[in-house]
Amino acid sequence: MEIRGRAKMNRGEKTFGILITFGILFLFWILLSGLFDVFHLIAGVICSGIVTLMSHDLMVKGKDEKFIGKSLRLFWYIPWELWQIVLANIDVAYRVLHPKMPIDPLLIEFETPLRSDFSLVTLANSITLTPGTITISVEPEKGTFRVHAIAKEPADALLVDQTMQRKVAEVFFVEWSGTDQPTKP
Amino acid sequence: MVLVNGMVTLFLAGGLFFTLVGSIGLLRFPDFYTRLHATGKCDTLGTSLILIGLIIHHLFHYSGTPLVPVRLLFLVFFIFIANPAATHALMKAAYEVGVKPWKLGDERR
Amino acid sequence: MISIFLISSMLIIFAIFLSLYRAILGPGVFNRVAAVNVIGTKTIALLVLIGYYTERPEFFDIALLYAMLNFIGTLVFARYLERGELWS
Repeated sequence: MEIRGRAKMNRGEKTFGILITFGILFLFWILLSGLFDVFHLIAGVICSGIVTLMSHDLMVKGKDEKFIGKSLRLFWYIPWELWQIVLANIDVAYRVLHPKMPIDPLLIEFETPLRSDFSLVTLANSITLTPGTITISVEPEKGTFRVHAIAKEPADALLVDQTMQRKVAEVFFVEWSGTDQPTKP
Repeated sequence: MVLVNGMVTLFLAGGLFFTLVGSIGLLRFPDFYTRLHATGKCDTLGTSLILIGLIIHHLFHYSGTPLVPVRLLFLVFFIFIANPAATHALMKAAYEVGVKPWKLGDERR
Repeated sequence: MISIFLISSMLIIFAIFLSLYRAILGPGVFNRVAAVNVIGTKTIALLVLIGYYTERPEFFDIALLYAMLNFIGTLVFARYLERGELWS
C-alpha cells in the first residue's frame, strides 16, 4: 500500500492541528446528539479524543499564515458562488429541454498560479458548479487544469474573461496577472 | 401560516423540477461526459432545494426540537461538497481509461 | 386532500425509474456507475420526505449515513476503474 510519510511539522503546528480537529469533532457530536447530560458529554470527549489521536494530521497540514483573513474572504466569496450555481442549473435545464439540444463539447487546458491544496480544491469545485464546465484533472506542480466544456460560450467565459480564477486567487491572496490565451487541444 | 406553506411548496416544486430535468438529461444526452454535466449540476441543486424547503417546514411546524434542522443543514453542505467531487472522480477515471469525448456529428454512444 | 409529501415522493420515484433505464441500458460500465450515483442522491431526498410524511425522525439519520455511503462507494468504484486494483 503506498503510504506517504507523515508531514514534517514542528510542535506548534501539530498542537494547532490537534486542537482544530478535536474542536470540530466535538462540535459535531454535540450538534448531532442533542443530549447534554454528563455521561454523553464524557463519551463524546473520549470518542473525539480517540479519533483525533489517529488522524490529526489529515485535515490541517500545518498552520499557514493569514488563516483568519482567508476564512473571512471565503465567506465573502460564497454568495457569488451560489448565484453562479443557480445560473448554471438554469443553463443546463435550457439545454436539456430544448428540442434541438444545442451542445458542442470541447476540451480545454489552462494554467494557474495557485499551489496550495485547499485553493486548488476550491477552484476545481467552483469550475464544476458553474455553467457548462467540469474539471477533468488537476496537476499540483504547475497548477494545470484540464476542463471539459459543453459549448463555446462557457469555455470562453473561462478562458478569455477569467473572472472565476481571478476571484479565487483574490480569496487566497495570490496575485493573478492574467495568462494570455492558453492552448486548447 | 399560509405564507410558510406557500414557501415550502415553492421550494419543493423547484427542487422537483431540477431533479426531473437531471434525469431527463441522463436519457437525452448522447455521450458519457455530457450526461455527467446534466446530473452533476442539476441533481445537486434539486436535492438541496428539497431539503431546504423541508428545513423551513420543520422550523415553523415543529419548533420544539431545534436541533433536527442542524442535521439537515449538515446534509445540504455535505451534498454540495460530495457530489461535484464524485462527478470529478468519475470523469477523471473515464479520461484516464480512454473514453473518447463526443463531437458534433458523431452518432450516440 | 393528498399530502404534498406523498406527491413529491411519487415524482421522485418516477425520476428514479428514469435513471434506472440508463443503469440497465447504458453501454459500458461508466454510464451505469453514474446512474447508480444519481439513484443514491435521489434516495436521500426520498428518505427525508418519507420521514416527514410518517412523522418519524429516525429517517434523517439513515439519510445522513446513506449520503456518506453513496459518496464513498462512487469514489471506490472510480479508483478501481482507473487503476485496475484498489491498492497495490
